[in-house]
Amino acid sequence: MATTYRICPRSGLQFNSDAEKLMRWHAVAGVLSLLVGGIMALGVILTRWPAVKLLEADTFYMVLTAHGLNMLIFWIIFFEMAVLLFASSTLLRCRLAMPRLAWFSFWLMAIGAVMTNIAVFQGESSVMFTSYVPMMAKPHFYLGIILFAVGALLTCFIFLGTLVVAKSEKTYEGSVPLVTFGALTACIIAIFTIASGAIILIPTLLWSLGYIREIDSLMYRTVWWALGHSSQQVNVSAHVAIWYAIAAIVFGAKPMSEKVSRTAYFLYILFLQLASAHHILSDPGLGSEWKVVNTSYFMYFAVFASMIHGMTVPGAIEQAQRLKGYNKGLFEWLRKAPWGNPAFSSMFLSLVGFGFLGGISGVMMGAEQLNMLIHNTIYVPGHFHATVVIGTTLAFMGLTYFLVPVLFKRELLFPGYAKIFPYLFGLSMYMVALVMMGAGTLGVARRHWDMSFAGAPMAYEWPGAAYLMMGLTGIFGTIACVSGGLWILQIVFSLLFGKKLEEGEKLSMPIPLTLPAPTPGGAAHPPATPGTMVLALIFLTAFILYYFVNWKYLSSLWGMA
Amino acid sequence: MSAILPPSERMWWNQPIDKLEFIWIAIALVWSLVMFAMMIWWHIYGNQNLANETYKTTKEMYAAKAQAVVDQYTVRTGDDTEKQFPIVKPPAGSDIYLIGRLWDWWPIYELEQGKTYKLHLSTMDYMHGFSLQPQNINIQVHPNYDHVIKITPNQAGTYSIVCNEYCGIGHHTMVGRMYVKKGGE
Repeated sequence: MATTYRICPRSGLQFNSDAEKLMRWHAVAGVLSLLVGGIMALGVILTRWPAVKLLEADTFYMVLTAHGLNMLIFWIIFFEMAVLLFASSTLLRCRLAMPRLAWFSFWLMAIGAVMTNIAVFQGESSVMFTSYVPMMAKPHFYLGIILFAVGALLTCFIFLGTLVVAKSEKTYEGSVPLVTFGALTACIIAIFTIASGAIILIPTLLWSLGYIREIDSLMYRTVWWALGHSSQQVNVSAHVAIWYAIAAIVFGAKPMSEKVSRTAYFLYILFLQLASAHHILSDPGLGSEWKVVNTSYFMYFAVFASMIHGMTVPGAIEQAQRLKGYNKGLFEWLRKAPWGNPAFSSMFLSLVGFGFLGGISGVMMGAEQLNMLIHNTIYVPGHFHATVVIGTTLAFMGLTYFLVPVLFKRELLFPGYAKIFPYLFGLSMYMVALVMMGAGTLGVARRHWDMSFAGAPMAYEWPGAAYLMMGLTGIFGTIACVSGGLWILQIVFSLLFGKKLEEGEKLSMPIPLTLPAPTPGGAAHPPATPGTMVLALIFLTAFILYYFVNWKYLSSLWGMA
Repeated sequence: MSAILPPSERMWWNQPIDKLEFIWIAIALVWSLVMFAMMIWWHIYGNQNLANETYKTTKEMYAAKAQAVVDQYTVRTGDDTEKQFPIVKPPAGSDIYLIGRLWDWWPIYELEQGKTYKLHLSTMDYMHGFSLQPQNINIQVHPNYDHVIKITPNQAGTYSIVCNEYCGIGHHTMVGRMYVKKGGE
């Protein structure tokens, strides 16, 4: 069947039929993984809530393994593959390169995800998402992840192929859009990430099958984290691209400076991968020089890049709003923003939470010496729930509200829930991240079934505040799980029972994108962004204070050399 | 045009940068460099730096060294709340070996406040996490690696060593102990 194109009457976007179908399947597979991961999240949170302690130890560790894998790998990467297809074929208005291969890789990913889930729920592969050696899982646990990764890798190459198609068939003029550029950044990091995963997981699979006698635990951690952490950097690149995309879709916002934003992305490509060092700062066997250079992304150049995006995204919104006449004072542009539009409110909560909670905590614990304060405490999941849930997942969820009518051609059911969802879910996750970090600052361990150490003669008594914060983690975590579950129901019901919307004109050939002629005399000078600058300075103040408070805390500890 | 369309100016590289945006870039760069310098500065002037001294070892070799220290410096055997582990009181400056294994930290050391010891960490099976409470010092411990850290306890008291690397079903029962006494006690 020949491929066709349609122009969405609601967004003006042009969808290629192959790419569109693949995007829908990837998004649905992602949401199903999110559903499994979400149910597991409830099990985790209700067990770590000291007053509830729902599950037995063995079930808890199994559920925790399933939670990590389904959330951090399956949900996010499935959705990211949909984003790659969107940013290439849809934004560049071209056909998809090698659609058959794209289906093959989708099914590889799906089979891999199912296989690993089966291994986990059979109960003998409760090795956590990280599967550190020498603790061994069943061979199909590793094989599933490898198949999933190979599928994702192929889709990355399809993305690159589609960029080539668009270029050679001249479906756009000039440079690719900023969002596509961001997706390209994510794709390049993803290729590095997946290759690292293969390098360590293939020998680990052979070890699990008995062909290799031993895998060195330090080598495993060093290479595995090039998968484990760098894949989170794929998320950063992808969700920053989505921030720009939502700002463009909702406000028609134009990047403040293409040069600055693209250079910031380029810094990600150069330096973000070094961050796997964050996980091995408190390990033996690696020198301080190596740790300092790698943990800081060379010289914090990737943090620098994120701080730039953190200013240019709201800055672009402020400019667009001021051009519309919201010029009063510092913040009228922000007050008059469409806070009831879930795509916008999700994006904004994602941006603020990612910066203030995820960003600051991440840089603090990524400092070589400060890492000893938080290594393997529940501070770490506190941090990455701020980055991956508030930053990435909330941005993806917000974008999904836009995709229901545009990509799935269905009217969204329960629009009232859509209005409050970003606040309900987003703010409860803010609280989860905060109280987990609080408990971690007091030392509470992550991946730990019982903070009261039942059955241990030398049990340690945590301070009361630690119990309080773990209780709050339970309460806010439950709110987040339930509201997230309702979001899944809302999306699934809308896709199944929502009113079918008009498809738009069908075409056999793509219409290339032509840009309006540049305005004579150059573009008008864009308005200044003092409001964004004030927000950025508040962020910087919080950052500096928190950073040095932790050095102060470190200085009170036992001498170590 | 917007971020989902190609840049409207073909020569976007030549567009001037907004003044406030430029100021923020400069601030962000300076702060990044300050944070980088901070880690190096702490290596020179700070008192809490994780040692780089590490040796490849085997479980047997490491266990034998630990046993030798225990044999030489054990002062008493612990009671039931101490799992009847040996309580070992080595002289200041000596090498002390802590073993992480399913699901104990062995043995129990008694150290003197303000004195420096060379603490060795390794495990007999899986990885474990050395988490000293209520200090909150956290170090990853690997099998077959002997990590040597010079420690100087600055406060007397009873310390717990919680395992904070998942190590199987009994992980939550893996708690050890360390005593720090004032000199002359």
